[in-house]
Order: sequence, then C-alpha cells, then structure tokens
Amino acid sequence: MIKFIALIPAIPFLGFLILAIFGQKLTRRSAGLIGAGSIGIVAILTLIIGIGFIGSLPDVKSYSVVVWKWINAGNLSADISFSLDSLSMVFCFVITFVGFLIHIYSIEFMKNDEGFTRFFAYMNLFVGSMLVLVLADNILLMYLGWEGVGLCSYLLIGFWYKDPANGHAARKAFIITRIGDTAMIIGIFILFLNFGTFNINELMLQASEKWVSGSSIAVLTAALLLCGALGKSAQLPLQTWLPDAMAGPSPVSALIHAATMVTAGVYLIARTHVLFSIAPIVQAAIAIIGALTLLIAGFSALVQHDLKRILAYSTISQIGYMFLALGVGAWSAAVFHFMIHAFFKALLFLGAGIIILVLNEEHNIFRMGGLRKKLPVVFITFLIGSASLSALPFITAGFYSKDQILWYAYSSRNGSILLWVAGIVGALLTALYSFRMIFITFYGETKTEPAFKPGKLMTVPLIILAVLSLVAGFVELPGSIGNFHLFSKLVENTLPTVTLKSNENLEFLFQVLSSIIALSGIYLAYLIYYKKPALAEPFNQSKLNKFFEKGWGFDKLYDTLIVRPIVWLSVIDKADFFNWWSVGLSKLALLTNQLLGITQNGKLRWYLMSFVIGIALILTYMLFK
Amino acid sequence: MNVFFYIAASVAIISTIMAISGRNAIHSLLYLILSLLAISVVFYLLDAPFVAALEVIIYAGAIMVLFIFVTMMLNIGQERKTEKKWLNPRMWIIPSLLAGILLVDLILALKNITTITVTNQSILPKQVGISLFSTYLIAVEIAGILLMAGVIGAYHLGSQKKKVTHRFLEKK
Amino acid sequence: MLTVPVETQLLFAGILFLLGLIGLLVRRNMIFMLMSIEIMFNSAGLAFIIAGTRWKQPDGQVMFIFILAVTAVEVAIGLALILQVYHHYKTLDADAVNRLNDSNNI
Repeated sequence: MIKFIALIPAIPFLGFLILAIFGQKLTRRSAGLIGAGSIGIVAILTLIIGIGFIGSLPDVKSYSVVVWKWINAGNLSADISFSLDSLSMVFCFVITFVGFLIHIYSIEFMKNDEGFTRFFAYMNLFVGSMLVLVLADNILLMYLGWEGVGLCSYLLIGFWYKDPANGHAARKAFIITRIGDTAMIIGIFILFLNFGTFNINELMLQASEKWVSGSSIAVLTAALLLCGALGKSAQLPLQTWLPDAMAGPSPVSALIHAATMVTAGVYLIARTHVLFSIAPIVQAAIAIIGALTLLIAGFSALVQHDLKRILAYSTISQIGYMFLALGVGAWSAAVFHFMIHAFFKALLFLGAGIIILVLNEEHNIFRMGGLRKKLPVVFITFLIGSASLSALPFITAGFYSKDQILWYAYSSRNGSILLWVAGIVGALLTALYSFRMIFITFYGETKTEPAFKPGKLMTVPLIILAVLSLVAGFVELPGSIGNFHLFSKLVENTLPTVTLKSNENLEFLFQVLSSIIALSGIYLAYLIYYKKPALAEPFNQSKLNKFFEKGWGFDKLYDTLIVRPIVWLSVIDKADFFNWWSVGLSKLALLTNQLLGITQNGKLRWYLMSFVIGIALILTYMLFK
Repeated sequence: MNVFFYIAASVAIISTIMAISGRNAIHSLLYLILSLLAISVVFYLLDAPFVAALEVIIYAGAIMVLFIFVTMMLNIGQERKTEKKWLNPRMWIIPSLLAGILLVDLILALKNITTITVTNQSILPKQVGISLFSTYLIAVEIAGILLMAGVIGAYHLGSQKKKVTHRFLEKK
Repeated sequence: MLTVPVETQLLFAGILFLLGLIGLLVRRNMIFMLMSIEIMFNSAGLAFIIAGTRWKQPDGQVMFIFILAVTAVEVAIGLALILQVYHHYKTLDADAVNRLNDSNNI
C-alpha cells in the first residue's frame, strides 16, 4: 500500500485536469462530484496508508517513492519523489480530511455561483499542490508545491474577479508572499551550493555535520528559510495580506487561509528543524516573532467589525502560537496545535460563511444579532469552535493544544517567562475577541433576518468539525491529567522531543492559570459585550481602537515606505529607452501607412500618371539592357 | 503613292493634336472625326479597303456620333471657362516628357526590324471574310456576346431611377 | 503599292498612340479622357493593319474588326457610366470621383 503514496497528490491534480479541460461540458452535479470526490478518495487513501504506516512503526520511520526524474542537468538533479513520515502523515491527514469536508460544504455554498466548476478546479489544484508540498522528498519539489499553493491562493482570493477590489487583494497576497518566496529560494540556492543535493534528509544530515552551530552561513540560510515561512504563514512583518484575503469565498478562507496554506510555514520549519537547531539565534527569533504576532493580531481582532476579519486576525494570532512553539523547540506541540487549529478554525470559517450567505452578504457583526434562535445548528457549532479557540478547559481540544504550548513556552530550555506572559495575555485576548464575536453575532436582537436555512451539505461538515474540535484533543493528554501521549509519540518519530528545564511539576499550576485566564476572558466578554455595552464605549471611540483596527498601521507603513516609492519610480520611468523602442516601432508603422496612403488618393489621373511613369521606366530599362 | 501616305498621316496627326488640345468638346470631336477619316485613307493605301470602309462607317459614323450625342445631351460645350481653367500649359509638360521618352524608346525599338518586301497583292474582303468565319469563328461569336452584353449593360447603366420621395417629405 | 518603310508606318501609329496618351493624362474632363482612349484604340488597330499588310495575311484586318467591336461596346458602357456620374456629381471632373481614397492626410 505504501507505494500508492504518489497517488495522494496525483488524484487531486487529475481532478483539476478533468475539471479544467471538460469544465464547460460538465453539469454542476458532476463537477461537484468530481471535485469533492477526488478529495474524498484521497482522504480514504490517506487513512488506509496512514493505518498501514502507523502499524509499521517504530521499525520503519519513513517511506520514499521515486516517481520520475525531474531535472538532471550536470550535477543538479531533482526527482519527483515523495516520502511519508509521521510529520507529513499528520499534515496529509488534516489536509485531506478537512479539505474533503470543505469541498462537500462548497457544493452547496457555491451552488448558485456561475464559476462553480472553475472553483472546484482551483480547489483541487490547491489540494494537489499542498499535498506535493508536504509529501515532497526534496526541497525543490517542496518549492514547487509552495509556489502552486501561492498561485491557487491568488486565483481563489480573486475568484470573484469582476470586482476589482478582489483582484487587488489577490495581488497583495501574491506579492507579499512572493517576498518570502524569494528569500526562500535564495536559501535553497545556498543549501544546494554548499551540499550539492536537494534531498531534505541529506541536506539536514550534511548541515548538522558540516556547519558549526551558530556560524554565519547557517544563520543566513535559516533566516532566509524563515522569511519564506513568514510570508506564507502571515507572520510579522509579512502579515498584512491575510485580512484582505478574506475577499475570497468562505470555503477558500477556511481551507487555504486557516487550515492549510498558512501552516505551510510551520511545516517548513518543522521539516528543516535541524537547520534551525544549529542556528539558535534564528530559532529564538522565531519564538519572538511568534509572540509579537500573536499579541498584535489579538489586539487587532478585538476591534474588527467584519466577521471574517476577526477570524483572519485570529488565524494570524494562532499561527503565532505555533511559531512560538517552534521557536522554543516544542515541535510536536506546534504540530498538535496545527491539527486542532485546522479543525476549529475551518469550523469557524464555514460557520461564518453560512451566516454571511443567509444574511445576504452582510459582513458587519453589528448588523447581525439574535441568530441564536434562527440558526441553531450554526450557533452551537460556532460556539463549540469559539470555545475551542479560547481553550475552554478540559472539554475542548483547543485547551490541550494551547496549554501545551504555553507550558513549553515557559519550561522549555529555550523558553522564558516573558514568552509565557505573551502567550497568556494572548490567551486572554483570544477568549475576549472570540466571545465578543459570539455575543454580538448570536445574542441580542436580530438586525438582519436570515433569508433561508442552510442545507445538510453545509451543516453536516460543521457538525463533524465541531465534534473533532471537542474530542480530537484527547489524543494528547498532559501528564497531570491523563498522561496519554499518543500524538506526540507519533510525531516524535520524526521530530525531536522538547528539552525542558528542570521544573516539570509546575505543569499543573500553569494549566490552572491558563484555565482561569480563559474563563475570565469569557466572563469579561460577557460583561462588556452583552450585559453592559456601555462599558466598551469610551474604548470604541478612542484612537487606540482605530490603530488596532487598521492592523497596527502596518498597511500604512508599507504603503508609504515601499508602495509609493515604487509607483513613483515606475511613473517617472514611463518613457525610458526600452519604451522608446516599442513606441517607436508603432510610430514607424503609422508613418509608413501615412506615407503610402498618399498614393491612394482616389484620383484617377494620379493613377494613370503612375501607370505611364512605370511603363516608361520599364520599357526604357528593357531597351537599354 | 507614298506622298498620299505622308499627307494623310500628317493630317491625322495635326487633327489629333487639335482634338486633344481643344476647349470646345464638339470641336474636338469633329477634329477627331477628321483624324479618323485620314486614317481611313491610310488604311486604303495599305491595301485594306474593307477595313477602310469599316473605319468610316463604324468608328467615325457610329462611335463618334454616339460621343457627339452624349456631349450634346450633357450640354458641356458651353463650359469654356472650366476647360480653360483646367487646361493651363503647365499641365502639358510632364505628359509630353513621358510621351517623349516613350517615343524615343519606340524609335530605338523600330530600328531593329527588317524592311518591307514589295509585292503586288491586295487583301480582298473575301479573304478576310473566309478567315473570319472559319479560323476565327469562336471569336466572332464571343464578339457577338460581348456586343449583347454591351447593349444590356448600357441600357441598365443608362437608366435613371426616379427618386420617389414620400408625399409628406416632398418640399412644397 | 506603298513603299513607305514599315518603321515609318509603325512610327506613325506610335505617334498617334502617344498623342492619345498625352490627351488622357492632360485632360480633366471625362468625355475628353474617353475620347483620348478612343484615339489609342484606333492607333492600336492601325498597327494591326500595318502588320497584316506587311505579312500579307488577313489576320490583321480580322483583329481590327474585333478591336472595333470591343471599342464600340466600351464606348457605349463608358458613356452610360459618365451619364450616371454626371447625374450624381453634377460635374464631369475626373477628380471629383475620389471617394475610394485611403490616405490619412498627413
């Protein structure tokens, strides 16, 4: 069964090809069937292969399959080869399973859209590229998948292309991630130059042997790869594209910008963790960036009006948690949080999609309200999702994953109390903004009536994800509660265990603290946004509120520093030397036209004269030859 | 006999020059008829009496008369002023130059042919008739069709459709 | 019998042709242009007769008869067209009928 690994990315690509080539002739039903069905097949396949893989642990830690030789130029060679180990297996499972649920949801969500087939074609292409990314054996193939998901992100954000604002958002996303991608490819170049191979395992082995820990080249390469991860995962300073990317349809936001693409950065860092281990400065930087991002995004999420923007900033913040975990060396905690986050964030986005759809494209939460009774299924699942996001103690999966991160932020050898404080403040903010969202959207009086009730295809994925958001945490119970380490044991076949400082027995204390913070956050939200809205008024009007709402002014900063100078440069460079050539060519053609046009002035005698001149010339010439 | 040729030739050339440089249309056409008559004389001198007669009857007698009819119908003989304006001497330079070049070419080309051998045989109309209706029979038929096409074409092209305006649009 | 050299005869025909050509280029009135074309046709016919006499064959005269037929038709149609143009443009100026022009007026 293991040799069918290559099928996992291939089937979505096949689905994409069928939809792209025959899209015009397919009915909606068959397009939806092919689109969602291909991901469904892949999900089942992943499950089967996964069970087989887990069964063969801990003897065989990874499998590799070479499909064909891709590039073979001198001493530069790269293959299309896929390898499966526990890290990529977890990612594959999440991508295919959550992806499948989102595709089912999209069949009903997009059913009235004219670009139905195009949507599924792009989504399949995306899932295929993402699977290539996580299953790639060599870093060049991973970069292929990286670029592929970037492309699909652009295509899907600007899906409703008739509105130019969507195109603008798509371009912004693409350009900002491009900055990260460029840094990453330079990093790949450096790795190849030094080690002559693209194979990731090889690279990591040779890097650990040949590069001294803390040497400048290791730091440089690690920093470049980190930039790539920052771009894709929307962390500081490249985080400005994600809130605007909410211009795309909600399933896109759920799949790409919550569950999968934005976690590609996490995957990259986890995959190349050896490199980061020998560049401890960069790893510390990861932790600091993660901590800062989660705070900034948390504050921004607190004051947004648009439902999806709250969730976007929340995503940035939660990925900040994952980066924080990576930075302190808690690799399996990061991957665990990724999995749980994928479940509840996709759930929240899908639920938000339903709300926006039934309220006729109403995005502003202050114009919603009272949806608790009108959309009960959505309310309950949304509540579960938000509870998981806020890490409600013991019953939600989010508690177990976030709690682990918070604990390791303090207790890991690279951790510190400051990082923990940042994390705990972030947890308070998380609880605050997510329940603000719940209270304003679902409680109170109904300002906009829902136009219809969502169908089964939309609600069943919600229910499944809600259940997962509750129970999926039980695979990894911390030492003080159940000591059940199924997940981390699985992941630690590939990633190293986190090394702790000595005080392990404080874990329970930290858990209690984080539970108290989460509950108090919920209570505060209840007070401020439900009971006495007047308490929040002075803050709502303040300048600080505006500052947070605009994403801490990063957009404006980049606009002034980078965008405006470039635009100014290109404007003054409009008529440069190269332009002269192309304009000159067209002017030459016009001139020739006008010159030759003189001979066509419609006058008979002119034509006659030209006849006679011609005859005279030809005859004279022939005579004198 | 040669002198008649030269006289007829010079009459033809002079009257042609008068024809193309005249201002009055009718006068030009009459000069042209004169030129055609002179050429007919040349034809007769060239042992082609049938063709000479044909030239007078058809060319001078039918075609030129047609011209005269149309000229009189269009009444352009009166427009002396426009003709004068259009015919300033400056216009003659370049065409004459070109014609001169072609004349030089012609003379140079004619130098290379052999001279005539004198015989005393005249080509009778009988010979022409036999040749026409045996060797060139198809061409005769085609010429007939051409003439028919000409007749029908001239009829159609010459007819003027009366412009019918609706009675509400008529100017009172 | 005529003992004028053939070159002279042909030269005569050529001069007539060139006169017709000059007339065609110089004149602006359409009737005159058509008349000049007639002169040219006639001189071509004359050249054929000269050639026929030179070679002692009736073919030259036969050709002349055909030219005559063609000329007749051409004049008829030409004059009919000139009539139409005159009724439309109210003038016989050859430069007035220039609607088929393609120049872009630099």
